[in-house]
Amino acid sequence: MKELTFETLLAVFEEMFGSGLFWFMVALAAGITAAYLYVLIRDRALSMRKFLVAQLSMPFGAIAAVVFVWQITNSGLSDIGGPVDVIILLGVAAIGAVGLAILVYTAQSLLRKAG
Amino acid sequence: MFEQDQRKPIIASRRGFLGLAAGGALLAAGAGQTRAQMVQTKARIVIVGAGAGGTGIANKLAARLSGAEITIVDGRKQHWYQPGFTLIAAGLKPASYSVSATGDWLPQGVNWVEEYAAGIDPEAQTVTTEGGTKLDYDFLIVASGLTLNWAGVEGFDLSMVGKDGIGAVYAGPEQAEATWREMDAFTDKGGVALFGRPATEMKCAGAPLKYTFLTDDYLRRKGTREKSQLIYAANNKALFGVPIVNEKVKLLFNDRGVDVRWSHVLKGIDLGTKTATYTIPEVQEIKDGQIVVTPAKEEKIAFDFINVIPPMIAPQVIRDSGLSWADKWVGQGWIEVDQSTLRHLRYPNVFGIGDINGVPKGKTAASVKWHLPVVEDHLVAMIEGKEGTQTFNGYTSCPMITKIGRAMLIEFDYKDNLVPSFPGVIAPLEELWISWLMKEIGLKPTYNAMLRGKA
Repeated sequence: MKELTFETLLAVFEEMFGSGLFWFMVALAAGITAAYLYVLIRDRALSMRKFLVAQLSMPFGAIAAVVFVWQITNSGLSDIGGPVDVIILLGVAAIGAVGLAILVYTAQSLLRKAG
Repeated sequence: MFEQDQRKPIIASRRGFLGLAAGGALLAAGAGQTRAQMVQTKARIVIVGAGAGGTGIANKLAARLSGAEITIVDGRKQHWYQPGFTLIAAGLKPASYSVSATGDWLPQGVNWVEEYAAGIDPEAQTVTTEGGTKLDYDFLIVASGLTLNWAGVEGFDLSMVGKDGIGAVYAGPEQAEATWREMDAFTDKGGVALFGRPATEMKCAGAPLKYTFLTDDYLRRKGTREKSQLIYAANNKALFGVPIVNEKVKLLFNDRGVDVRWSHVLKGIDLGTKTATYTIPEVQEIKDGQIVVTPAKEEKIAFDFINVIPPMIAPQVIRDSGLSWADKWVGQGWIEVDQSTLRHLRYPNVFGIGDINGVPKGKTAASVKWHLPVVEDHLVAMIEGKEGTQTFNGYTSCPMITKIGRAMLIEFDYKDNLVPSFPGVIAPLEELWISWLMKEIGLKPTYNAMLRGKA
Protein backbone atom coordinates (compact mmCIF):
# COMPACT_ATOMS: atom_id res chain seq x y z
CA MET A 1 0.00 0.00 0.00
CA LYS A 2 1.46 3.35 -0.99
CA GLU A 3 0.15 5.48 1.82
CA LEU A 4 -2.44 4.61 4.38
CA THR A 5 -3.76 7.98 5.50
CA PHE A 6 -6.78 8.52 7.71
CA GLU A 7 -8.63 9.94 4.69
CA THR A 8 -7.87 6.81 2.62
CA LEU A 9 -9.08 4.61 5.46
CA LEU A 10 -12.35 6.55 5.69
CA ALA A 11 -12.84 6.23 1.91
CA VAL A 12 -12.20 2.47 2.06
CA PHE A 13 -14.68 1.98 4.91
CA GLU A 14 -17.28 4.11 3.12
CA GLU A 15 -16.91 1.84 0.09
CA MET A 16 -17.03 -1.29 2.24
CA PHE A 17 -20.33 -0.57 3.95
CA GLY A 18 -21.79 2.21 1.83
CA SER A 19 -21.50 5.80 2.96
CA GLY A 20 -24.83 5.85 4.85
CA LEU A 21 -24.37 2.62 6.79
CA PHE A 22 -20.75 3.37 7.65
CA TRP A 23 -21.47 6.79 9.14
CA PHE A 24 -24.57 5.41 10.85
CA MET A 25 -22.38 2.76 12.53
CA VAL A 26 -19.76 5.37 13.48
CA ALA A 27 -22.53 7.53 14.96
CA LEU A 28 -23.98 4.52 16.77
CA ALA A 29 -20.63 3.55 18.27
CA ALA A 30 -19.94 7.16 19.22
CA GLY A 31 -23.46 7.43 20.67
CA ILE A 32 -23.04 4.34 22.84
CA THR A 33 -19.62 5.53 24.00
CA ALA A 34 -21.04 8.96 24.81
CA ALA A 35 -23.97 7.36 26.68
CA TYR A 36 -21.47 5.24 28.65
CA LEU A 37 -19.49 8.33 29.59
CA TYR A 38 -22.77 10.10 30.40
CA VAL A 39 -23.90 7.44 32.90
CA LEU A 40 -20.42 7.32 34.46
CA ILE A 41 -20.50 11.07 35.01
CA ARG A 42 -24.15 11.05 36.08
CA ASP A 43 -23.66 8.29 38.62
CA ARG A 44 -20.18 9.54 39.61
CA ALA A 45 -19.17 5.94 40.31
CA LEU A 46 -18.75 2.61 38.57
CA SER A 47 -21.50 0.29 39.79
CA MET A 48 -19.78 -2.99 40.60
CA ARG A 49 -23.01 -4.98 40.24
CA LYS A 50 -23.64 -3.63 36.73
CA PHE A 51 -19.97 -4.05 35.93
CA LEU A 52 -20.17 -7.70 36.95
CA VAL A 53 -23.11 -8.34 34.61
CA ALA A 54 -21.23 -6.49 31.88
CA GLN A 55 -18.18 -8.70 32.47
CA LEU A 56 -20.32 -11.81 32.32
CA SER A 57 -21.51 -10.73 28.88
CA MET A 58 -17.95 -10.41 27.56
CA PRO A 59 -17.42 -14.01 26.42
CA PHE A 60 -20.66 -13.84 24.45
CA GLY A 61 -19.50 -10.63 22.77
CA ALA A 62 -16.13 -12.22 21.99
CA ILE A 63 -17.64 -15.37 20.46
CA ALA A 64 -20.30 -13.41 18.57
CA ALA A 65 -17.67 -11.15 16.99
CA VAL A 66 -15.51 -14.09 15.85
CA VAL A 67 -18.48 -16.05 14.50
CA PHE A 68 -19.65 -12.90 12.70
CA VAL A 69 -16.29 -12.56 10.92
CA TRP A 70 -16.37 -16.24 9.93
CA GLN A 71 -19.93 -15.89 8.71
CA ILE A 72 -19.32 -12.90 6.44
CA THR A 73 -16.15 -14.43 4.99
CA ASN A 74 -15.37 -17.77 3.42
CA SER A 75 -13.04 -18.76 6.22
CA GLY A 76 -12.96 -20.44 9.59
CA LEU A 77 -10.78 -21.58 12.48
CA SER A 78 -8.76 -24.01 10.35
CA ASP A 79 -7.49 -21.13 8.22
CA ILE A 80 -5.36 -19.69 11.01
CA GLY A 81 -1.91 -19.85 9.44
CA GLY A 82 0.48 -17.93 11.67
CA PRO A 83 0.94 -15.84 14.81
CA VAL A 84 -0.53 -12.71 13.22
CA ASP A 85 -3.73 -14.64 12.50
CA VAL A 86 -4.05 -15.59 16.17
CA ILE A 87 -3.51 -11.94 17.12
CA ILE A 88 -6.22 -10.85 14.65
CA LEU A 89 -8.59 -13.49 15.99
CA LEU A 90 -7.96 -12.40 19.59
CA GLY A 91 -8.31 -8.77 18.51
CA VAL A 92 -11.71 -9.45 16.96
CA ALA A 93 -12.76 -11.29 20.13
CA ALA A 94 -11.49 -8.46 22.35
CA ILE A 95 -13.40 -5.84 20.35
CA GLY A 96 -16.56 -7.94 20.60
CA ALA A 97 -16.09 -8.49 24.33
CA VAL A 98 -15.37 -4.85 25.23
CA GLY A 99 -18.05 -3.56 22.86
CA LEU A 100 -20.76 -5.75 24.35
CA ALA A 101 -19.60 -5.02 27.91
CA ILE A 102 -19.91 -1.28 27.35
CA LEU A 103 -23.29 -1.75 25.72
CA VAL A 104 -24.59 -3.95 28.55
CA TYR A 105 -23.31 -1.61 31.27
CA THR A 106 -24.77 1.45 29.58
CA ALA A 107 -28.10 -0.23 28.88
CA GLN A 108 -28.43 -1.29 32.53
CA SER A 109 -27.59 2.20 33.71
CA LEU A 110 -29.99 3.92 31.35
CA LEU A 111 -32.87 1.48 31.97
CA ARG A 112 -32.50 1.36 35.74
CA LYS A 113 -31.69 4.27 38.03
CA ALA A 114 -28.31 4.56 39.59
CA GLY A 115 -27.61 2.07 42.31
CA MET B 1 -19.50 19.80 -7.65
CA PHE B 2 -16.70 17.47 -6.80
CA GLU B 3 -15.83 19.56 -3.76
CA GLN B 4 -19.42 19.15 -2.62
CA ASP B 5 -19.17 15.41 -3.06
CA GLN B 6 -16.10 15.42 -0.88
CA ARG B 7 -18.02 17.07 1.92
CA LYS B 8 -21.17 15.00 1.72
CA PRO B 9 -20.29 12.24 4.20
CA ILE B 10 -18.95 14.79 6.62
CA ILE B 11 -22.22 16.77 6.55
CA ALA B 12 -24.22 13.60 7.03
CA SER B 13 -21.92 12.55 9.83
CA ARG B 14 -22.21 15.91 11.51
CA ARG B 15 -25.93 15.36 12.01
CA GLY B 16 -25.23 11.94 13.50
CA PHE B 17 -22.71 13.35 15.88
CA LEU B 18 -24.80 16.30 17.06
CA GLY B 19 -23.78 17.14 20.56
CA LEU B 20 -21.42 14.21 20.90
CA ALA B 21 -17.98 15.10 22.03
CA ALA B 22 -16.57 11.75 20.96
CA GLY B 23 -17.48 12.36 17.33
CA GLY B 24 -15.94 15.81 17.39
CA ALA B 25 -12.40 14.55 17.54
CA LEU B 26 -12.95 12.15 14.65
CA LEU B 27 -14.53 14.87 12.53
CA ALA B 28 -11.70 17.25 13.23
CA ALA B 29 -9.24 14.62 12.03
CA GLY B 30 -11.28 13.93 8.89
CA ALA B 31 -11.82 17.56 8.04
CA GLY B 32 -8.23 18.38 8.86
CA GLN B 33 -6.99 16.75 5.64
CA THR B 34 -6.27 19.57 3.23
CA ARG B 35 -6.56 18.97 -0.49
CA ALA B 36 -3.85 19.96 -2.88
CA GLN B 37 -4.56 23.37 -4.37
CA MET B 38 -6.63 23.52 -7.58
CA VAL B 39 -4.64 24.36 -10.68
CA GLN B 40 -6.20 26.68 -13.26
CA THR B 41 -5.75 25.53 -16.84
CA LYS B 42 -7.45 25.36 -20.20
CA ALA B 43 -5.63 22.15 -21.11
CA ARG B 44 -7.44 19.55 -23.21
CA ILE B 45 -6.81 16.14 -21.72
CA VAL B 46 -7.97 12.95 -23.43
CA ILE B 47 -8.00 9.67 -21.52
CA VAL B 48 -8.28 6.50 -23.62
CA GLY B 49 -9.98 3.81 -21.55
CA ALA B 50 -12.37 4.04 -18.58
CA GLY B 51 -11.16 1.02 -16.65
CA ALA B 52 -9.39 1.18 -13.31
CA GLY B 53 -6.62 3.48 -14.58
CA GLY B 54 -8.70 5.80 -16.75
CA THR B 55 -11.45 6.26 -14.17
CA GLY B 56 -9.00 6.76 -11.31
CA ILE B 57 -7.01 9.43 -13.15
CA ALA B 58 -10.20 11.17 -14.38
CA ASN B 59 -11.32 11.57 -10.78
CA LYS B 60 -7.92 12.69 -9.60
CA LEU B 61 -7.52 15.27 -12.37
CA ALA B 62 -11.09 16.54 -11.97
CA ALA B 63 -10.27 17.24 -8.32
CA ARG B 64 -6.92 18.88 -9.13
CA LEU B 65 -7.61 20.93 -12.25
CA SER B 66 -10.00 23.81 -12.68
CA GLY B 67 -11.07 24.75 -16.21
CA ALA B 68 -9.46 21.74 -17.91
CA GLU B 69 -11.35 19.99 -20.68
CA ILE B 70 -11.15 16.33 -19.68
CA THR B 71 -12.53 13.73 -22.10
CA ILE B 72 -12.58 10.00 -21.45
CA VAL B 73 -13.07 7.63 -24.39
CA ASP B 74 -14.49 4.15 -23.85
CA GLY B 75 -17.37 2.27 -25.44
CA ARG B 76 -17.73 -0.20 -22.60
CA LYS B 77 -20.86 0.46 -20.55
CA GLN B 78 -19.89 -2.00 -17.82
CA HIS B 79 -17.03 -1.53 -15.43
CA TRP B 80 -15.43 -4.81 -14.38
CA TYR B 81 -13.72 -5.29 -11.03
CA GLN B 82 -11.27 -7.80 -12.46
CA PRO B 83 -9.59 -8.84 -9.19
CA GLY B 84 -12.96 -10.41 -8.36
CA PHE B 85 -12.87 -12.87 -11.27
CA THR B 86 -10.92 -15.49 -9.30
CA LEU B 87 -13.47 -15.40 -6.46
CA ILE B 88 -16.32 -15.71 -8.97
CA ALA B 89 -14.61 -18.64 -10.69
CA ALA B 90 -14.20 -20.28 -7.30
CA GLY B 91 -17.93 -20.11 -6.61
CA LEU B 92 -17.44 -17.67 -3.75
CA LYS B 93 -19.09 -14.66 -5.41
CA PRO B 94 -21.74 -14.26 -8.12
CA ALA B 95 -20.88 -12.73 -11.52
CA SER B 96 -22.57 -9.49 -10.43
CA TYR B 97 -19.83 -9.04 -7.80
CA SER B 98 -17.52 -7.65 -10.48
CA VAL B 99 -20.02 -5.65 -12.51
CA SER B 100 -20.92 -1.99 -12.15
CA ALA B 101 -21.64 0.81 -14.63
CA THR B 102 -18.76 2.80 -16.11
CA GLY B 103 -20.77 6.00 -15.79
CA ASP B 104 -21.29 5.56 -12.04
CA TRP B 105 -17.62 6.17 -11.33
CA LEU B 106 -16.95 9.13 -13.59
CA PRO B 107 -16.91 12.59 -12.04
CA GLN B 108 -19.10 15.43 -13.21
CA GLY B 109 -17.28 17.78 -15.52
CA VAL B 110 -15.55 14.93 -17.32
CA ASN B 111 -16.90 14.33 -20.81
CA TRP B 112 -17.42 10.59 -21.45
CA VAL B 113 -17.43 9.72 -25.14
CA GLU B 114 -19.17 6.34 -25.18
CA GLU B 115 -17.25 4.94 -28.13
CA TYR B 116 -14.05 3.00 -28.49
CA ALA B 117 -10.98 4.83 -29.77
CA ALA B 118 -10.24 3.86 -33.36
CA GLY B 119 -7.13 5.90 -34.01
CA ILE B 120 -4.46 7.80 -32.11
CA ASP B 121 -2.12 10.21 -33.87
CA PRO B 122 0.52 11.42 -31.40
CA GLU B 123 2.07 13.70 -34.05
CA ALA B 124 -1.17 15.57 -34.78
CA GLN B 125 -2.27 15.09 -31.15
CA THR B 126 -5.67 13.67 -31.98
CA VAL B 127 -7.76 10.69 -30.97
CA THR B 128 -10.43 9.49 -33.40
CA THR B 129 -13.35 7.42 -32.16
CA GLU B 130 -15.10 4.55 -33.92
CA GLY B 131 -17.96 6.93 -34.72
CA GLY B 132 -15.52 9.26 -36.46
CA THR B 133 -15.38 11.97 -33.78
CA LYS B 134 -11.98 13.64 -33.75
CA LEU B 135 -10.70 14.80 -30.38
CA ASP B 136 -7.74 17.17 -30.20
CA TYR B 137 -5.62 16.94 -27.10
CA ASP B 138 -2.81 18.76 -25.33
CA PHE B 139 -2.21 15.76 -23.06
CA LEU B 140 -3.03 12.13 -23.70
CA ILE B 141 -3.34 9.43 -21.07
CA VAL B 142 -3.35 5.90 -22.45
CA ALA B 143 -5.21 3.59 -20.08
CA SER B 144 -6.62 1.25 -22.68
CA GLY B 145 -5.86 -1.99 -20.89
CA LEU B 146 -4.91 -4.99 -23.01
CA THR B 147 -6.53 -7.36 -25.44
CA LEU B 148 -7.07 -11.03 -24.70
CA ASN B 149 -6.07 -12.62 -27.97
CA TRP B 150 -8.45 -15.60 -28.00
CA ALA B 151 -7.61 -16.27 -31.63
CA GLY B 152 -4.13 -17.11 -30.37
CA VAL B 153 -5.48 -20.42 -29.04
CA GLU B 154 -6.30 -22.65 -32.03
CA GLY B 155 -9.66 -24.37 -31.99
CA PHE B 156 -10.89 -22.22 -29.11
CA ASP B 157 -13.93 -19.99 -29.12
CA LEU B 158 -15.41 -18.05 -26.21
CA SER B 159 -18.76 -19.73 -26.83
CA MET B 160 -17.16 -23.00 -25.64
CA VAL B 161 -16.69 -21.67 -22.11
CA GLY B 162 -18.98 -23.37 -19.61
CA LYS B 163 -19.28 -26.62 -21.60
CA ASP B 164 -17.26 -29.82 -21.77
CA GLY B 165 -14.86 -28.81 -19.04
CA ILE B 166 -13.77 -25.59 -20.72
CA GLY B 167 -13.15 -22.59 -18.52
CA ALA B 168 -11.71 -19.12 -19.11
CA VAL B 169 -11.51 -17.10 -15.90
CA TYR B 170 -10.03 -14.03 -17.59
CA ALA B 171 -12.76 -13.59 -20.20
CA GLY B 172 -15.26 -11.74 -18.02
CA PRO B 173 -17.64 -12.09 -15.06
CA GLU B 174 -20.10 -14.35 -16.93
CA GLN B 175 -17.34 -16.60 -18.23
CA ALA B 176 -15.76 -16.70 -14.77
CA GLU B 177 -19.08 -17.92 -13.38
CA ALA B 178 -19.41 -20.44 -16.21
CA THR B 179 -15.87 -21.61 -15.40
CA TRP B 180 -16.95 -22.17 -11.80
CA ARG B 181 -19.78 -24.45 -12.97
CA GLU B 182 -17.28 -26.53 -14.94
CA MET B 183 -14.72 -26.57 -12.11
CA ASP B 184 -17.47 -27.53 -9.65
CA ALA B 185 -18.56 -30.42 -11.88
CA PHE B 186 -14.94 -31.50 -12.42
CA THR B 187 -14.08 -31.49 -8.71
CA ASP B 188 -17.20 -33.57 -7.98
CA LYS B 189 -15.72 -36.53 -9.82
CA GLY B 190 -12.04 -35.75 -10.44
CA GLY B 191 -9.90 -36.33 -13.53
CA VAL B 192 -7.16 -34.35 -15.27
CA ALA B 193 -7.18 -30.56 -15.02
CA LEU B 194 -4.91 -28.29 -17.05
CA PHE B 195 -3.66 -24.88 -15.96
CA GLY B 196 -0.95 -22.60 -17.27
CA ARG B 197 -0.06 -19.20 -18.53
CA PRO B 198 0.69 -17.62 -21.91
CA ALA B 199 4.20 -16.78 -23.07
CA THR B 200 3.36 -13.08 -23.51
CA GLU B 201 3.25 -10.44 -20.80
CA MET B 202 0.02 -10.88 -18.88
CA LYS B 203 -2.18 -9.19 -16.34
CA CYS B 204 -2.08 -10.61 -12.84
CA ALA B 205 0.43 -13.36 -13.43
CA GLY B 206 -0.55 -14.88 -10.10
CA ALA B 207 -4.12 -15.64 -11.13
CA PRO B 208 -3.36 -18.90 -13.02
CA LEU B 209 -1.53 -20.19 -9.93
CA LYS B 210 -4.34 -19.15 -7.58
CA TYR B 211 -6.86 -21.02 -9.66
CA THR B 212 -4.72 -24.14 -9.54
CA PHE B 213 -4.57 -23.91 -5.73
CA LEU B 214 -8.33 -23.33 -5.51
CA THR B 215 -9.13 -26.33 -7.69
CA ASP B 216 -6.81 -28.45 -5.55
CA ASP B 217 -8.61 -27.21 -2.42
CA TYR B 218 -12.03 -28.14 -3.81
CA LEU B 219 -10.81 -31.61 -4.81
CA ARG B 220 -9.56 -32.16 -1.25
CA ARG B 221 -12.77 -30.82 0.32
CA LYS B 222 -14.83 -33.11 -1.90
CA GLY B 223 -12.58 -36.12 -1.39
CA THR B 224 -11.70 -36.48 -5.07
CA ARG B 225 -8.09 -35.29 -4.97
CA GLU B 226 -6.70 -38.83 -5.16
CA LYS B 227 -8.63 -39.47 -8.35
CA SER B 228 -7.24 -36.32 -9.96
CA GLN B 229 -4.16 -34.97 -11.64
CA LEU B 230 -3.50 -31.25 -11.72
CA ILE B 231 -1.08 -30.22 -14.43
CA TYR B 232 0.40 -26.73 -14.53
CA ALA B 233 2.00 -25.82 -17.86
CA ALA B 234 4.60 -23.14 -17.17
CA ASN B 235 5.54 -21.10 -20.25
CA ASN B 236 9.23 -21.16 -19.30
CA LYS B 237 11.38 -22.54 -16.48
CA ALA B 238 9.63 -20.60 -13.72
CA LEU B 239 6.25 -20.41 -12.03
CA PHE B 240 6.59 -16.77 -11.00
CA GLY B 241 8.79 -13.91 -12.17
CA VAL B 242 10.14 -13.03 -8.73
CA PRO B 243 12.78 -15.67 -7.81
CA ILE B 244 12.00 -15.95 -4.08
CA VAL B 245 8.27 -16.23 -4.78
CA ASN B 246 8.97 -18.74 -7.53
CA GLU B 247 10.79 -20.98 -5.06
CA LYS B 248 7.95 -20.70 -2.56
CA VAL B 249 5.28 -21.55 -5.15
CA LYS B 250 7.40 -24.50 -6.31
CA LEU B 251 7.47 -25.80 -2.73
CA LEU B 252 3.71 -25.34 -2.38
CA PHE B 253 3.00 -27.03 -5.74
CA ASN B 254 5.20 -29.90 -4.62
CA ASP B 255 3.29 -30.07 -1.32
CA ARG B 256 -0.06 -30.05 -3.12
CA GLY B 257 1.08 -32.59 -5.69
CA VAL B 258 0.70 -30.33 -8.71
CA ASP B 259 2.45 -31.78 -11.74
CA VAL B 260 4.45 -28.98 -13.39
CA ARG B 261 5.40 -29.16 -17.08
CA TRP B 262 8.12 -26.63 -17.89
CA SER B 263 8.33 -24.63 -21.15
CA HIS B 264 4.86 -25.63 -22.31
CA VAL B 265 2.92 -22.98 -24.18
CA LEU B 266 -0.72 -23.62 -25.01
CA LYS B 267 -1.13 -23.73 -28.79
CA GLY B 268 -4.66 -24.97 -29.20
CA ILE B 269 -7.39 -27.21 -27.94
CA ASP B 270 -9.44 -29.90 -29.61
CA LEU B 271 -12.91 -30.17 -28.19
CA GLY B 272 -13.64 -33.45 -29.97
CA THR B 273 -10.84 -35.39 -28.32
CA LYS B 274 -10.66 -33.10 -25.27
CA THR B 275 -6.95 -32.58 -25.71
CA ALA B 276 -4.77 -29.51 -25.47
CA THR B 277 -1.71 -29.04 -27.63
CA TYR B 278 1.39 -27.40 -26.20
CA THR B 279 4.45 -26.11 -28.00
CA ILE B 280 7.79 -26.82 -26.38
CA PRO B 281 10.51 -24.58 -27.82
CA GLU B 282 13.90 -25.76 -29.01
CA VAL B 283 16.41 -26.25 -26.20
CA GLN B 284 20.17 -25.90 -26.51
CA GLU B 285 22.30 -27.44 -23.80
CA ILE B 286 25.98 -28.08 -23.38
CA LYS B 287 26.69 -31.68 -22.43
CA ASP B 288 30.29 -32.83 -22.08
CA GLY B 289 31.45 -29.82 -24.07
CA GLN B 290 29.05 -30.57 -26.93
CA ILE B 291 26.08 -28.42 -27.81
CA VAL B 292 23.06 -30.65 -27.79
CA VAL B 293 19.99 -29.27 -29.53
CA THR B 294 16.59 -30.65 -28.68
CA PRO B 295 14.32 -29.45 -31.48
CA ALA B 296 11.01 -27.73 -30.80
CA LYS B 297 8.15 -30.16 -30.47
CA GLU B 298 4.48 -30.38 -29.68
CA GLU B 299 2.79 -32.36 -26.95
CA LYS B 300 -0.84 -33.28 -26.56
CA ILE B 301 -2.41 -33.66 -23.12
CA ALA B 302 -5.93 -34.96 -22.57
CA PHE B 303 -8.04 -33.04 -20.05
CA ASP B 304 -11.33 -33.15 -18.20
CA PHE B 305 -11.09 -29.51 -17.20
CA ILE B 306 -8.98 -26.63 -18.53
CA ASN B 307 -8.62 -22.94 -17.66
CA VAL B 308 -7.74 -21.35 -21.01
CA ILE B 309 -5.62 -18.21 -20.79
CA PRO B 310 -4.77 -16.69 -24.17
CA PRO B 311 -1.78 -14.60 -25.25
CA MET B 312 -2.20 -10.95 -24.26
CA ILE B 313 -1.35 -8.02 -26.50
CA ALA B 314 -1.94 -4.29 -26.70
CA PRO B 315 -5.24 -3.30 -28.35
CA GLN B 316 -5.07 -2.80 -32.14
CA VAL B 317 -5.59 0.96 -31.84
CA ILE B 318 -2.46 1.22 -29.68
CA ARG B 319 -0.39 -1.08 -31.89
CA ASP B 320 -1.31 1.15 -34.85
CA SER B 321 -0.59 4.42 -33.04
CA GLY B 322 3.20 4.42 -33.10
CA LEU B 323 3.33 4.66 -29.31
CA SER B 324 4.61 1.10 -28.82
CA TRP B 325 8.18 -0.01 -28.19
CA ALA B 326 9.89 -0.86 -31.47
CA ASP B 327 12.55 -3.13 -30.01
CA LYS B 328 11.00 -4.58 -26.84
CA TRP B 329 8.08 -6.95 -26.53
CA VAL B 330 7.96 -7.04 -30.31
CA GLY B 331 4.53 -8.02 -31.55
CA GLN B 332 2.90 -7.29 -28.19
CA GLY B 333 2.67 -3.51 -28.58
CA TRP B 334 3.13 -2.16 -25.02
CA ILE B 335 3.77 1.57 -25.06
CA GLU B 336 7.21 3.10 -24.73
CA VAL B 337 7.09 4.85 -21.37
CA ASP B 338 9.76 5.71 -18.85
CA GLN B 339 9.47 3.07 -16.17
CA SER B 340 9.75 5.60 -13.33
CA THR B 341 7.65 8.51 -14.56
CA LEU B 342 5.29 6.56 -16.89
CA ARG B 343 5.74 9.37 -19.40
CA HIS B 344 6.17 8.43 -23.05
CA LEU B 345 9.81 8.50 -24.09
CA ARG B 346 9.15 10.08 -27.48
CA TYR B 347 5.99 12.12 -26.80
CA PRO B 348 6.33 13.95 -23.46
CA ASN B 349 2.65 14.94 -23.41
CA VAL B 350 1.61 11.27 -23.45
CA PHE B 351 1.37 9.14 -20.28
CA GLY B 352 0.43 5.52 -19.70
CA ILE B 353 -1.46 3.92 -16.82
CA GLY B 354 -2.05 0.25 -16.14
CA ASP B 355 -1.66 -2.84 -18.29
CA ILE B 356 -0.73 -0.97 -21.47
CA ASN B 357 2.58 0.32 -20.10
CA GLY B 358 5.70 -1.25 -21.55
CA VAL B 359 7.45 -1.67 -18.21
CA PRO B 360 8.95 -4.83 -16.75
CA LYS B 361 6.31 -5.33 -14.06
CA GLY B 362 2.93 -4.26 -12.92
CA LYS B 363 -0.07 -5.39 -14.94
CA THR B 364 -2.31 -5.38 -11.87
CA ALA B 365 -4.87 -3.08 -10.28
CA ALA B 366 -2.46 -2.70 -7.35
CA SER B 367 0.08 -1.20 -9.74
CA VAL B 368 -2.58 1.11 -11.16
CA LYS B 369 -3.05 2.47 -7.66
CA TRP B 370 0.62 3.44 -7.65
CA HIS B 371 0.62 4.68 -11.26
CA LEU B 372 -2.15 7.20 -10.57
CA PRO B 373 -0.34 9.64 -8.24
CA VAL B 374 2.79 9.49 -10.42
CA VAL B 375 0.95 10.40 -13.63
CA GLU B 376 -1.11 13.03 -11.81
CA ASP B 377 2.05 14.59 -10.40
CA HIS B 378 3.94 14.75 -13.69
CA LEU B 379 0.98 15.90 -15.75
CA VAL B 380 -0.06 18.66 -13.34
CA ALA B 381 3.56 19.75 -12.95
CA MET B 382 3.89 19.97 -16.73
CA ILE B 383 0.75 22.13 -16.90
CA GLU B 384 2.28 24.42 -14.28
CA GLY B 385 5.57 24.53 -16.17
CA LYS B 386 7.40 22.56 -13.50
CA GLU B 387 8.96 19.13 -13.21
CA GLY B 388 7.17 16.31 -11.40
CA THR B 389 8.98 14.50 -8.64
CA GLN B 390 7.07 11.27 -7.99
CA THR B 391 8.32 7.96 -9.31
CA PHE B 392 6.92 4.46 -9.77
CA ASN B 393 9.16 1.72 -8.40
CA GLY B 394 7.42 -1.18 -10.12
CA TYR B 395 5.17 -1.96 -7.16
CA THR B 396 2.91 -4.90 -7.81
CA SER B 397 0.80 -6.82 -5.38
CA CYS B 398 -0.60 -10.30 -5.63
CA PRO B 399 -2.74 -11.81 -2.91
CA MET B 400 -1.73 -15.35 -3.82
CA ILE B 401 -4.65 -17.51 -2.71
CA THR B 402 -3.37 -20.94 -1.68
CA LYS B 403 -6.71 -22.32 -0.47
CA ILE B 404 -10.11 -20.92 0.41
CA GLY B 405 -9.40 -18.99 3.59
CA ARG B 406 -5.66 -18.46 3.17
CA ALA B 407 -3.40 -16.37 0.97
CA MET B 408 0.11 -14.97 0.76
CA LEU B 409 0.23 -11.19 0.44
CA ILE B 410 3.06 -10.89 -2.06
CA GLU B 411 4.24 -7.40 -2.94
CA PHE B 412 7.33 -6.64 -5.00
CA ASP B 413 9.05 -4.03 -7.15
CA TYR B 414 11.05 -3.81 -10.39
CA LYS B 415 14.14 -5.21 -8.68
CA ASP B 416 12.29 -8.31 -7.40
CA ASN B 417 12.54 -7.00 -3.85
CA LEU B 418 9.68 -8.01 -1.62
CA VAL B 419 8.14 -4.77 -0.39
CA PRO B 420 5.59 -5.75 2.25
CA SER B 421 3.05 -3.10 3.28
CA PHE B 422 3.08 -4.37 6.83
CA PRO B 423 6.70 -5.45 7.40
CA GLY B 424 7.19 -7.60 10.44
CA VAL B 425 3.45 -8.09 10.81
CA ILE B 426 2.21 -9.81 7.68
CA ALA B 427 4.85 -12.14 6.34
CA PRO B 428 4.73 -12.15 2.52
CA LEU B 429 5.60 -15.81 2.00
CA GLU B 430 3.37 -17.30 4.66
CA GLU B 431 -0.09 -18.68 3.98
CA LEU B 432 -2.19 -16.50 6.24
CA TRP B 433 -5.82 -15.95 7.14
CA ILE B 434 -5.31 -12.18 7.41
CA SER B 435 -4.07 -12.04 3.81
CA TRP B 436 -7.21 -13.90 2.75
CA LEU B 437 -9.39 -11.45 4.71
CA MET B 438 -7.69 -8.58 2.90
CA LYS B 439 -8.43 -10.17 -0.47
CA GLU B 440 -12.01 -11.07 0.38
CA ILE B 441 -13.10 -8.02 2.36
CA GLY B 442 -10.60 -5.23 1.95
CA LEU B 443 -9.60 -5.28 -1.68
CA LYS B 444 -12.80 -4.24 -3.44
CA PRO B 445 -13.49 -1.24 -1.19
CA THR B 446 -9.88 -0.13 -1.67
CA TYR B 447 -10.24 -0.57 -5.43
CA ASN B 448 -13.49 1.43 -5.42
CA ALA B 449 -11.87 4.19 -3.39
CA MET B 450 -9.07 4.20 -5.99
CA LEU B 451 -11.61 4.59 -8.80
CA ARG B 452 -12.97 7.64 -7.00
CA GLY B 453 -9.43 9.01 -6.84
CA LYS B 454 -9.34 8.75 -3.05
CA ALA B 455 -6.90 5.91 -2.49
